[in-house]
Amino acid sequence: MNIAKPNSYRSGPDDRGHFGIFGGRFVAETLMPLILDLEKAYTAAKADPAFQAEMNGYLKNYVGRPSPLYFAERLTEHLGGAKIYLKREELNHTGSHKVNNVLGQIMLARRMGKKRIIAETGAGQHGVATATLCARFGLECVVYMGAVDVERQQPNVIRMEMLGAKVMPVQSGTRTLKDAMNEALRDWVTNVHNTFYCIGTVAGPHPYPMLVRDFQSIIGNETKAQMQEVEGRLPDSLVACIGGGSNAMGLFHPFLDDPSVEIFGVEAAGHGLTQLHAASIAGGRPGVLHGNRTYLLMDADGQIQDAHSISAGLDYPGIGPEHSWLHEVGRVNYLSATDDEALAAFQLLSKLEGIIPALEPAHAIAKVMELAPKRPKDHLMVVNLSGRGDKDVPQVGDILRGKK
Amino acid sequence: MTTRIDTRFAELKKQGRAAFVTYVMAGDPDPVTSLEIVKALSKSGADVIELGIPFTDPMADGPSIQAAGLRALKVGMTLKKTLGLVRDFRKDDNATPLVLMGYYNPIYIYGVDKFLADAKTAGVDGLIIVDLPPEEDDELCIPALKAGLNFIRLATPTTDDKRLPAVLTNTSGFVYYVSIAGITGAAAADANVVGEAVARIKRHTELPICVGFGIRTPEAARAIAEKADGSVVGTALVDALKNSLDAEGRATAKTVNAVAELTAALAQGVKGAQQAAE
Repeated sequence: MNIAKPNSYRSGPDDRGHFGIFGGRFVAETLMPLILDLEKAYTAAKADPAFQAEMNGYLKNYVGRPSPLYFAERLTEHLGGAKIYLKREELNHTGSHKVNNVLGQIMLARRMGKKRIIAETGAGQHGVATATLCARFGLECVVYMGAVDVERQQPNVIRMEMLGAKVMPVQSGTRTLKDAMNEALRDWVTNVHNTFYCIGTVAGPHPYPMLVRDFQSIIGNETKAQMQEVEGRLPDSLVACIGGGSNAMGLFHPFLDDPSVEIFGVEAAGHGLTQLHAASIAGGRPGVLHGNRTYLLMDADGQIQDAHSISAGLDYPGIGPEHSWLHEVGRVNYLSATDDEALAAFQLLSKLEGIIPALEPAHAIAKVMELAPKRPKDHLMVVNLSGRGDKDVPQVGDILRGKK
Repeated sequence: MTTRIDTRFAELKKQGRAAFVTYVMAGDPDPVTSLEIVKALSKSGADVIELGIPFTDPMADGPSIQAAGLRALKVGMTLKKTLGLVRDFRKDDNATPLVLMGYYNPIYIYGVDKFLADAKTAGVDGLIIVDLPPEEDDELCIPALKAGLNFIRLATPTTDDKRLPAVLTNTSGFVYYVSIAGITGAAAADANVVGEAVARIKRHTELPICVGFGIRTPEAARAIAEKADGSVVGTALVDALKNSLDAEGRATAKTVNAVAELTAALAQGVKGAQQAAE
């Protein structure tokens, strides 16, 4: 029996975009009217049944939802503990969970009459999803991507270009995801009248963390229904990787008020938490960047530090503000996995289940390898397989050959 | 409360001319040269000095000011040292208004109350914090006003008449009108369009209105000064500084003069402006 909690974990943000002290709207005045417009448009769309109906049509027939909840039998046997289910977001059109959010935002952009879409991307998954939907709806698409990421995620760069998007390699700063976001914000400030900024994760100024979460919550909602169908009950634990944290938030949010469900977010520990990494909660503290207050990696002077992860999609020195809040209130446990642990998990899942995961969810699998053996055989564990690994095959191939 | 900013604009109004507002990055290209540059600005005709606080992720700045911030960070500039620079400047100059301009995170990490106390003691008169719109006034704006500092707000082409009162409510010292939708150092502003925008803002406030972004030459500074209460030049000065550096980005014998000469020329431009009748 569930005992009702006095405070829901699902009621945020407040009307100023705060989750506790986190979130907010820390943007230049030029952008303020734009994010207020976006909030208004989103509120109207949410109340419009036609909007949801149209979304549902594309989610089913274009994205290919619902994504399966798959019992990973051999992984379960191998680890000898919890019964492990994979939420197969990698089977979505474009190969990751990113498309759920992009579809929602592109529908909003269309309602708002915006013809030009900009996006930032790290691994290229959000960029590919954005380029895809822009192609589908005939919209101009410009994707900012750190020059370092352009180099290590070539397959996605080629895909974006084939889809008609313009990929802009970002040479400023550390030339990774955070700099791509800076550059996208600079573009938006310059092209305010015709441009919609399609943010790829649950970060940025309010209302982005809320609306991206809402569009991604389909992951958790489906999981709940699917688990009910196959096992007749709630899962006992959830595991997902976290860069900005959109795939994790999408899985977690519908379960936050189910106290029996243990929830684990997995940050990227890179070379290890005492060296270069991208684990904002484990190694950072609250600060203000990219429109919101959240946990950030920074030095004593408040300068943002370089993140490092083998996975371009997790290589970001911050995390979505709602995750920071869930950490502080203790509802979600934030763990971290190193590059090496992720690589081992990448290979294990490929060999045991015939599923090559992206390096991002390989971090989640890495922690499943630790958590599952310690739990009983009737424990139901769901891990979000947020993306497929095709894009990482050249990079991982090089690393593994180099290691031999 | 009267700050040096209020006093300076009152004097300029009496003289019937617009203010020349300059911007440089604190610590660029090194703390010692930076202090000399700031001193040279006031001696070469700057009426108000904006001093950039270096930050790794300046979202509203173009490549020139981004690079200036990175040069300063590379030689170890911090917010604490920026306040030290202000303190040193104040030893010889107790009249020129000094405004710190930057992003919120370094201040938030320094600690808002401690920062405001230290800034006031150092001789800072006002703050321009790009990523703090009126929606976040509780963070720094209200405490700054209580501490006796001006909080200078940016108004932009996207700030319409409906929004202007919210933007102006807790603004003091002057209003900084961003002449274009864009980042620093981008396209030039059209003086006539700017004139209309200034007139529009004037209907909502008695505060002086200074205009920046896209002003690079004495002629442009003059044209804007004929339409507004002040012309702000930043990127052009930062570029002059940068062009005087050696291949490793270090100051040369020419650096301070390069900035001083451009400042003097720009100041002449502003002073030659015929102010529109009020």
